[in-house]
Amino acid sequence: MKKSFSPLSNYKATRAAIGYVARKNATQSDYDRIGFMSGLEVHQQLDTREKLFCRCPGGIYQQDDDYDAEVIRHMRPTLSELGEYDGTALMEFKTRKEIIYRIKNPTTCTYEVDDTPPFPVNREAVDIAIQISLLKKLNIVGEVHITRKQYLDGSIPTGFQRTAIIGVEGEIELRNKKVRLIQLSLEEDSCREVSDIGHTRIYKTDRLGMPLIETVTYPDMVNPDEVAEACQVIRFLNRSSGRVRTGIGAARQDVNVSCRGGTRVEIKGVSRIRWIPELTHNEAFRQYALLHIRELLHDRIKNADAWAPVHKKLDPAEFPFRSRLLRGLRDEAMHLYGMVLPGFQGLLSHFTQPGKIFADEISDRLKVIACIEKPNMTHSEALKSTEPGEVFQALRKKLGAKSADAVLLFWGPAEDIPTGLETIEERCRMAFQGVPNETRKSYVDGTTIFERVLPGADRMYPDTDSAPIPLKDEDIERLGKNLPHTAIQAYLMMKKWGIPEDTYTYILKKNLFPLVQEIIEVLEEDPVFVGTLFGHRMKHVEGQLEPVAGFKYRQVFRLLRKLRDRGYDRELIKPMLPVLYEHPKMDFDSILTSIGFREMPEEEVLSNLAFLREKYRSIRHSPGEEAETNWLMGQLRSLALGNMELKTLRDRL
Amino acid sequence: MGEDFFQGYKGRALEVLKKFNVRVWGQASIETSRGNFAGTVLPRAENDDDRHIVLKIPTGYNVGIDVDNILEMKETGYKKANYKIPEKEFPFTEGLPRVKLIGTGGTIASRLDYRTGAVIPAFSPGELYGAVPELADICNLTTEKVFAVFSENMGPDQYKKLAVAIGKEIENGIDGIVIGHGTDTLHHTAAALTYMVQNPPVPIVLVGSQRSSDRPSSDAALNLMHACYTAGHSDIAEVMVCMFGPTSDEYALLHRGTRVRKMHSSYRSTFRTIGDTPLAMVTRKGVRPIKTDCNPRRKDKKATIVPCFEEKVAMVYYYPNMQPDMIDSLVDNGYKGIIIAGTGLGHVNIPLYPSLKRARDKGVAVYMTVQTLWGYVQMFVYETGREMMALGVIPAENMLPEVAYIKLGWALGQTSDLEEVKRIMLAPINSDITRREPYNGYLVYQGGVPEVEEFIRKFRK
Repeated sequence: MKKSFSPLSNYKATRAAIGYVARKNATQSDYDRIGFMSGLEVHQQLDTREKLFCRCPGGIYQQDDDYDAEVIRHMRPTLSELGEYDGTALMEFKTRKEIIYRIKNPTTCTYEVDDTPPFPVNREAVDIAIQISLLKKLNIVGEVHITRKQYLDGSIPTGFQRTAIIGVEGEIELRNKKVRLIQLSLEEDSCREVSDIGHTRIYKTDRLGMPLIETVTYPDMVNPDEVAEACQVIRFLNRSSGRVRTGIGAARQDVNVSCRGGTRVEIKGVSRIRWIPELTHNEAFRQYALLHIRELLHDRIKNADAWAPVHKKLDPAEFPFRSRLLRGLRDEAMHLYGMVLPGFQGLLSHFTQPGKIFADEISDRLKVIACIEKPNMTHSEALKSTEPGEVFQALRKKLGAKSADAVLLFWGPAEDIPTGLETIEERCRMAFQGVPNETRKSYVDGTTIFERVLPGADRMYPDTDSAPIPLKDEDIERLGKNLPHTAIQAYLMMKKWGIPEDTYTYILKKNLFPLVQEIIEVLEEDPVFVGTLFGHRMKHVEGQLEPVAGFKYRQVFRLLRKLRDRGYDRELIKPMLPVLYEHPKMDFDSILTSIGFREMPEEEVLSNLAFLREKYRSIRHSPGEEAETNWLMGQLRSLALGNMELKTLRDRL
Repeated sequence: MGEDFFQGYKGRALEVLKKFNVRVWGQASIETSRGNFAGTVLPRAENDDDRHIVLKIPTGYNVGIDVDNILEMKETGYKKANYKIPEKEFPFTEGLPRVKLIGTGGTIASRLDYRTGAVIPAFSPGELYGAVPELADICNLTTEKVFAVFSENMGPDQYKKLAVAIGKEIENGIDGIVIGHGTDTLHHTAAALTYMVQNPPVPIVLVGSQRSSDRPSSDAALNLMHACYTAGHSDIAEVMVCMFGPTSDEYALLHRGTRVRKMHSSYRSTFRTIGDTPLAMVTRKGVRPIKTDCNPRRKDKKATIVPCFEEKVAMVYYYPNMQPDMIDSLVDNGYKGIIIAGTGLGHVNIPLYPSLKRARDKGVAVYMTVQTLWGYVQMFVYETGREMMALGVIPAENMLPEVAYIKLGWALGQTSDLEEVKRIMLAPINSDITRREPYNGYLVYQGGVPEVEEFIRKFRK
């Protein structure tokens, strides 16, 4: 302890102590060692004309600063059925947020702002949800009960989301295992956040009330890649209904993660599946790190209940601050506090996530719970300290801190200080327990930050404004007919046909399997040709060109049929695709013209052969027949395309 | 009577529960033709069908199971929920005004009753403090439940009981009175109390909520705070309605009990002063007057309580083609007073005239109000109006129809001398009739006028 303490070495040492490995080096044994466990809540908007409980149109969006009116609300916790206040509810209340809704008339009526009771549920949405539930082998309920799920963050102006279970206990199939489903619910989507600064949070109400289904899995996934795969399968199943919205934000998931001895933590609103592996990996290790911190704390502090931090209001003038921010704190409205965290030396800089330390957990909560914008604190173990060592030496002296203690400086508006002090103490006390129950927000780099306390089942209430909706056997039978192929059936079928695997993701994601199947069965096309036409060629075209409104994948079917009817070779479709994609309204012959196609008999294609061979001899620079054939192919390819099979051309050469 | 094990279940559903020996609050595992379900059996709302059993599944959601699909059902446990609203003692703070909250059955803090789907109110000061702790910073609150009825069931008996209870509180020297009330007929009660409690020395504030207090976005808590603030601190010693001004959680408006009306079936800011401007704006920090001619607070403990009401009074909303027997049947059934809400300046069709004459001859008091709500009855403008007056129909100036109805009941409750009734009816009380209408009394924000749109965009609704 005599040696001077280096936060960075401590960060690295603690990272090594818990056995953190980067995801690319991690193996199943690493995940087994920490007891990785994960489940999903996959949200998917349904493509209905109107919203779920009112007659506003769905899918029309507004810009942040484009609105007709503002409504302001505050959310209050209410008593649960058991007469208790929910934990999240109290935290949200503590934050004393003023919620402002930005309303645009075309997309918002009095229902969205909670000034009119719900209209009868959108039956179209219920039917889609039932169909998708059947695809997921869920047990369909006999009667749908609209339930209120409380959200006090203001994301829904009523303070609760109207939601209803459609089916329970289903399963999906991954490549190597089955994953059990807990339930599928139909619910209204929430507002989109515009900003959240200090005590004011702003939302816009365009997305609010759009129908959404949520598919919840059991925590059956044991490594990050499995989580992503399960998510992919659920998404395929949703899309295969053909009745869901696509595009940014139309599908989002909450990912639940824990490690052995940890707690279920929910990473909210992950909008891209490819972010899931890194996020779940880091979260499991974050929990493992927090458990390590708990162990260290219990070793150091025998009586956890007696542990208490000491704080003191400070005069900024007494400290040789370097940062302009701290030097500027002499303003009356902003107060500065010093805090001693007994026994926390070496814990504030304990590794939690790549580039993050335990102190960040405190700072994140100060922002969310006490509404103190960052930077809101600094401490004796900052990895990149803005303050010289003398500041903390002076602080230790002033507060009477011992060498085993950590010291912390925090600042904020005077009225937020009491909540701030409470928040810091509370988070430190939680370190003795291990992993706090919370939801976290994700970042693209794979790390997460605190969002809010995880709510319990306590926040569910029956919706007294809606009557239960009976689901008759006949209705379910009717909806069960003509169910589209499920992803796993489609997968197996494509495998049987010998379609290359690298095309599956694209075909399933775009819900093209039914079309692929139709082309193969009706036009009797070669499956490998059809699979790669979409999975390679079409995907490439989409990657290269700007999308144009009006293009439909079905047009490919018509194009192929026309080629067959005219007796042209099917390969001709490859140059035609990009033209069709950019000009969906162009007729068949114009497309042919625009790619420079001329109909000619095989013999005419080959009529120039002698001339070309002569030409090749004069310019040849590679030896061998192979090179000559290749060159000739290159010369004749565009002429031959559509008029004869390229294979035949090569043979003739 | 033993405990009800099957709360709310009837018919087929009840049979099935009995057959498999599963109780309400029992944990059940159910095998059905649609797969297996597990959860706690909940009570069923009494008006729902007898084909389904309600189950709370472990994730907290409720689902219904079709009894015809049930193959097997087993009770695996039993855990009855015990509802309780947390109670904390309401702290007394020296120097804060004493306010009495009188309950009539409205909800301020509440929990759900599963069986009826109704909301059970919290009411004792301790319960209220548990739910709205901010009240302790506003006043020293005591409560009394005078009766518990839904707003639509309020009537003359309740008005009289309330007036007497208020009189007693005033005598005891209370600083202000808040009355919790359902919103549907809040304005009727407000009018009745204005007449029955005359010249009070302290504020009498009626308050309700448009969103029940079991929801986080409820207006109940803020309404209660505004009402308690008004009762304890405002200088306006009148009967008032205190409800949201805009739909936003910003401020309340104080409306005179005789000029207020519920104008929207569901909006938070449903109450509007008609034909005048509201009395004042209230926030938790203060009352900002809009009108200046209010009755001021006094130190004495005096008020005149006149708890009278004749129940045989009716209100008739005129429509084209109304048949004369509408009036005849009232007269034949012994009604002593009729308020007509007429069209335009106060008109009904000519076929009704003989019936009106008959009513007058039988000694029935008939008064005319307008269904336009805004504006005065003016029966001199057209010949027909003058004719009607000759038949004994008395124009009630710009009294709102509901207010005129209450006033006529109150007047006929005091005397059957029609001249005296007329004197009472036409003597303005707390602006139920105003001598003039301010130009900004008629503020209906409709019609897409650019200025109004600009206003709505700029100021939160």
